[in-house]
Amino acid sequence: MIVAEQKPFEEIKAKIAKANKVLVVGCGTCVTVCFAGGEKEVGILASSLRMATKIDGNPKQIDEVTVQRQCEWEYLDTIKDRIGEYDLVLSLGCGIGVQAIAEHFPEARVVPGLNTSFLGLPVEQGVWEERCAACGNCILDLTGGICPIARCSKSLLNGPCGGSHDGKCEISTPDRVVECAWDLIVKKLMARGELDKLLEIQPAKNWQTSRDGGPRRIAREDLMLAKE
Amino acid sequence: MADATNGYKSGSTLEKVLRAGQFAATAELGPPKNADAEVIRKKAALLKGYCDGANITDNQTAIVRMSSIAAAAIAVREGLEPIMQMTCRDRNRLAMQSDILGAYALGIRNLLCLSGDHQQFGNHPTAKNVYDLDSMSLLQMVKGLRDDNRFQCGEEIKGVNPRFFIGAAENPFADPFEFRPYRLAKKAQAGADFIQTQLIYNVPKFKEFMKRVVDLGVHEKVYILAGVGPLKTAGAAKYMRDQVPGMDVPDEIVKRMEEAGKGIEDKKAKAAAAREEGIKICVELIQQMREIPGVAGVHIMAIEWEEAVPIIAEKAGLLPRPVIQ
Ligand code: SF4
Ligand code: SF4
Repeated sequence: MIVAEQKPFEEIKAKIAKANKVLVVGCGTCVTVCFAGGEKEVGILASSLRMATKIDGNPKQIDEVTVQRQCEWEYLDTIKDRIGEYDLVLSLGCGIGVQAIAEHFPEARVVPGLNTSFLGLPVEQGVWEERCAACGNCILDLTGGICPIARCSKSLLNGPCGGSHDGKCEISTPDRVVECAWDLIVKKLMARGELDKLLEIQPAKNWQTSRDGGPRRIAREDLMLAKE
Repeated sequence: MADATNGYKSGSTLEKVLRAGQFAATAELGPPKNADAEVIRKKAALLKGYCDGANITDNQTAIVRMSSIAAAAIAVREGLEPIMQMTCRDRNRLAMQSDILGAYALGIRNLLCLSGDHQQFGNHPTAKNVYDLDSMSLLQMVKGLRDDNRFQCGEEIKGVNPRFFIGAAENPFADPFEFRPYRLAKKAQAGADFIQTQLIYNVPKFKEFMKRVVDLGVHEKVYILAGVGPLKTAGAAKYMRDQVPGMDVPDEIVKRMEEAGKGIEDKKAKAAAAREEGIKICVELIQQMREIPGVAGVHIMAIEWEEAVPIIAEKAGLLPRPVIQ
């Protein structure tokens, strides 16, 4: 899923400073699951903003709504009649949600309340980790189901580098321990007797399928509605 | 067409020495954190004649320094053979290949291919890194430029192609230990002609590593130069032991460095005694490396202490350096 984190409260406050009527829009999907922009977080943020702006002597009308998925027109249509009433929309969706609002409601001014962080998963309660960099050409079959593009700090295809130590990546510090993805890959494949996979040199990656090839688009004829 | 190289891959001094079966010695020259060519000239004068080539580092530890290509070109002019380092951190395959063409045109003949230290701990931690290639695909690319006369994309090189003696690094003390000899084999397969290892202080562990390398027959495909270096102070030894990931400094070495200055009151004399011990340890390490099957030479890393190299080379019996026509 998409993992995001709420921006610092002061930053959010500054972003809405010039507006009088603000609609905080949450999203019921990824950011709800990672406790960043679901109905609950929208409620807390909206009331904190109401309180803070009141204390500052500049009370604002701050309303709230959470749509099931901010990244689909269909769900955004549920707020289409309301959105015009506000001079600012504060989206607690991921970056896609923010852009979907901006695109679907060209008149609306929308600001992001979250920092969209990565594609990942909760590894334990309250801890999320990156797992995929959406490179557009998945190689997980070669690496024991562990992604070196997203999880090796250098995206090496033939790791581990000389900085791998005790299972930790060379970028680790006492405060921030980062697992060495290649240590995980090598240990897993060796234990499975799949050394041959590790001995094969992975040539230079074709990054065209990645962001380097420009913004990406998938168009599937089989799903498109027939044009008149 | 390629230069006439008399059957050599590159015709570099390092290649000739290794091909002649001589025990090779390389050194290291760190470019300055400024634009002063004089620094390179001074360091080159210190190293010239005492090694078969000097590594010119490429923004080592992710700290901006004079480019390795420029510093290597200055070394060439000074008569010191450079081993130009190139990392995958700062450039993509376009920039790398154009620099490789340029480096060859400037007379540089040895190229060491590295992944590069992550920028996190350098002086520009907010930078974006590249890692278009890794050290393995960089080796493949440099070999392709030389042996297949082709750019990485497959397009033919019309005219002079860059013919480098290709190097790679390996850290025998990095994890997972069991996989390191295989990774070395992979580098040889990808195109490395020679390997320089990380600094070695734990000789038994390195011997174990080399035994596995020899068992795989990799030493017959690639020349392996063992990394050695003089310690300057007991503090440096401790720091390497405790703080530098992937470094293995046994307590015994730290103890020897501590003992060296003991009982000496005068600060200068105390420091000198420690440095002397550091050099002595380094010389002993070189003697031990000579005895290890599969080791074709040493890479002497005296970082910001180039003056130590002639002394070490002399004491270790590495002089005079062979001259091969
Ligand atoms: S290989 Fe690419 S698509 Fe597969 S998990 Fe890694 S980044 Fe994602
Ligand atoms: S230590 Fe491991 S994860 Fe970190 S850059 Fe090296 S190979 Fe990648």
